[in-house]
Amino acid sequence: MKDFYDCAVIGGGPSGMAAALAAVEKGADTIIIEREGALGGILKQCVHDGFGLISMGRKMAGPEYAQNYIDRVENSSVEIALKSFVSKVEKSDSGFILKIISEKGIRKIRCKALVLASGCRERTAVQVQIHGDRPAGIYTAGAAQHYVNILGQLPGKRCVILGSGDIGLIMARRLTLEGAEVLGVYEAKSEPGGLRRNINSCLVDFDIPLHLSHTVTKTFGRDRLEAVETAEVDESFRPIAGTEKIIPCDCLILSVGLIPENELAESLGVNIDRRSSGPFCDQSSCTDVEGVFSCGNSQHVNDLVDYVSMSGSLAGKNAAEYALGHRKPRQTVDISIGDGIAYCVPQRLDINSPLNDIRLFFRTAGTMKNTRISISLDGREVYTVNCKMLRPPEMVSVKLNLSDEEIRPDSRIILELKEASGLE
Amino acid sequence: MSDLKRVNKILKENFGSRVQAELTDDVLTLHGELDEWSEVVEAGLLCANRKKYTVVNDIVCKTAQKSKMILPEVHDSSLEGREFDVVIVGAGIIGCSAARELMRYNLKVAVLDKCHDVAMQASSRNDGMIHPGIDLKPGSMKQKFNHLGNAMYPEVCRELGVDFRYTGQIICFDKKYWKFLLPLFTPYWNRILKVPCKYLNRREVMKREPELNGAITCGLLYPTAGVVCPYGLSIAYAENAADNGAEFFFDTAVIGMETENGSIKSLNTNRGRIKTRAVINAAGVFSDDIAEMAGDRFFTIHPRRGSNTILDKKASRQVNAIASIFGTADTKKGHTKGGGIVHTVDDNLLIGPNAVETPDCEDYSTHREEIEAVFKKQSGVLPELNLKDGIRYFTGVRAPNYEEDFIIRKGKWVKNIVHAAGIQSPGLTAAPAIAVELAKLCLEVLGGAEENKSFNPVRKPIPRAAMLSDEEREKLIEENPDYGVIVCRCEEISRGEIIEALHRSIPCDTVDGVKRRVRAGMGRCQGGFCGPQVTQIISEEMGIALNQVRKSGIGSELLAGPTKEE
Repeated sequence: MKDFYDCAVIGGGPSGMAAALAAVEKGADTIIIEREGALGGILKQCVHDGFGLISMGRKMAGPEYAQNYIDRVENSSVEIALKSFVSKVEKSDSGFILKIISEKGIRKIRCKALVLASGCRERTAVQVQIHGDRPAGIYTAGAAQHYVNILGQLPGKRCVILGSGDIGLIMARRLTLEGAEVLGVYEAKSEPGGLRRNINSCLVDFDIPLHLSHTVTKTFGRDRLEAVETAEVDESFRPIAGTEKIIPCDCLILSVGLIPENELAESLGVNIDRRSSGPFCDQSSCTDVEGVFSCGNSQHVNDLVDYVSMSGSLAGKNAAEYALGHRKPRQTVDISIGDGIAYCVPQRLDINSPLNDIRLFFRTAGTMKNTRISISLDGREVYTVNCKMLRPPEMVSVKLNLSDEEIRPDSRIILELKEASGLE
Repeated sequence: MSDLKRVNKILKENFGSRVQAELTDDVLTLHGELDEWSEVVEAGLLCANRKKYTVVNDIVCKTAQKSKMILPEVHDSSLEGREFDVVIVGAGIIGCSAARELMRYNLKVAVLDKCHDVAMQASSRNDGMIHPGIDLKPGSMKQKFNHLGNAMYPEVCRELGVDFRYTGQIICFDKKYWKFLLPLFTPYWNRILKVPCKYLNRREVMKREPELNGAITCGLLYPTAGVVCPYGLSIAYAENAADNGAEFFFDTAVIGMETENGSIKSLNTNRGRIKTRAVINAAGVFSDDIAEMAGDRFFTIHPRRGSNTILDKKASRQVNAIASIFGTADTKKGHTKGGGIVHTVDDNLLIGPNAVETPDCEDYSTHREEIEAVFKKQSGVLPELNLKDGIRYFTGVRAPNYEEDFIIRKGKWVKNIVHAAGIQSPGLTAAPAIAVELAKLCLEVLGGAEENKSFNPVRKPIPRAAMLSDEEREKLIEENPDYGVIVCRCEEISRGEIIEALHRSIPCDTVDGVKRRVRAGMGRCQGGFCGPQVTQIISEEMGIALNQVRKSGIGSELLAGPTKEE
């Protein structure tokens, strides 16, 4: 069996597939390693509509969007290793050594460049400080979605949903359609966490109440969930005494955020940005460890799958160029962010890589009205645009061409939000 | 002044005329009525005198009542008419280890537990620490059995195929004067208690535990402290007992007993009446209820709960062994070592536990303010400690008596009962030695028994594929490809391990049962990814519908039924 590749892509979801396709297109010998039995990642269970609007110009269900890529990967020269789990990655003189576990045994492969496309996991009840009993009937939204859409089973009959992130909203609609009663969606923040279109089509259309500035504090029930306690929260999200309410229910679904999975990256010494929870990357998606590229939801949590695929393509293309020796040694400059910005990706610019087609993604910390996005280089504004409304659930994307600018290793690049200048 | 007069004087000073004591047959019984549960417990503790009598606390609390055993909702006659030489009540670490020791003899042994699995209460809800025996009173049962049990651990765990490590425990001190005093104290442990102890200066502490608080001035190292997985050991003991012929009955509660001439003749359970020649009372927090059914109640258990937080493995490098700081509030009370930070045998960190008196024997809920208080306290040892690293909280309920010492003895009035009661920390450490003692006492009750020549002390554990060498793992996968299919990504647990867990000599058919046996779902995603897959495997292997698969006991079905038909 082959044991050397130019590029190894870990993860066969939307970003991994896009990365592998981009890598082979550049002529790199590429393998995609997926732990599950099929390509597609989480899209396999996302039977709802709405994928692909930006990149393919039409709305599709998750599996349909995935199939599009699966077909292309299967018809390409990418080697696909399914039911294969990367147990360990080590650096070597010529690149990386991967230890892969599968039904066939242990396989060790070497590669020059590595693309990490391992997606994200969900935050759990403990991470949002829910206490009380721990009976059956408490699920993350993704697990609930797996039960409903893959196994055809309802996780409960009377459900409370905590978190108004997109998965929570979509599960509210899905559970209602499948015969469960959704008693309400609770959101600790004062604004909904999901996309506006999902608030309307998943909650408003089904008369499901949304309780903002409320959280679930406790769960009750010895064997199966019997009730939850909800409470109003203050600005620092602490429950306000006296506002507690007991809601009888048999199921609590948590859609309280996603955490990029970067355990393999960390084992390689990749630096993780605490703000994005993903690796520090440059505009080529290269992490602080040369040859290790990051994309998709393991780089940062995206709002739309189109961006996930896009980041996969970028990482795959650059990983291939690195593996084939087409990249110059790096020299990076940090992009600083100003107040009101939660994080920005990429966090660095490599001044030895092309600067003409930089795609910057960021999220705001809170809702901002009439804002001006400003990017400055050494005190001089090089990009600006006015925005009526910026909301944390919706990623902001900025296209930047800095190829005509002179950027030195000690240059200062700052991304800031300023008051709109009035003109639009 | 007589003991009784002295006690009644103390009670009068503290509670007026609301509480009285009487003393018969070396049992001090308290009567009366008090408002708060804390007062009831305080009254019992005030009167306790380990050397002279035992306390039965019958004081009625106006605002709370000690909870009754929650009974399994199963009623059949599957055990009606069965006869055993020994029936062990309680399948915790004590019941399971005693069963295994009894199987060294030709005896018919049954273990009953009201829960659906082994070690569902205190035996799984603790920090898995094997105590060196630092602060135990010389001459107490705790000190005696802790000392014996600790030394048995390497051998017992080797036989049973359970991971165990002597990691050592460091107690840290933050005042300068301890630098001069501590070296004078070490002979107390080394010579008198025979507990190895070494003084560490600041540099030596920080060398072993570089992440600890820089304000620490010195420490004491107890190298014979260790860690084990407490439910893993209980399951291993139970499986080895079952492999050697012991019978286990779960969802089976003892609800009454029939006695004749001071001997128990039979036990009434929710599954029929069982005849037995001897009974071992290993019922934990309900051991006083079991003693009462036998007519042998000479002690009272006052439940004391404690909560722990499990941290992500990524945070585990912060502490390499077991660390705590001297002088916390709980140390002064003397009921717990004040909690601490334990690097578990599975490489997580455990933070806790605290100690709260409660009338509720089976309330395993956690409380935000308590967890936050524990974190605050322990951040004195480890400044980097962060609640955000928590992946799970859990609560256990300890089963202390008022003497705060183990009761390991034959019945006081009843001839054929052997009690293992008041087993709280360091009960896990002491368990291997307590088990040997219980078997010995049981044999005395029975008038001896023949040796079981076919007894096999060795248990073959479930292979932990990810821990094997590449060659061994390769071979395992070749024999059974399921060991190459990773289901739990966080802990790297294969389908093969999960299927094996479902087909052992102690039955397992729940998601929690799988989790406790092979750690699927124990990692940072807490089963978010593998939960549905484990549910599916259980459904396939057990031949039950998906919506019949349970998290744990009866009534904990995970799913509500199929979605709407298209």
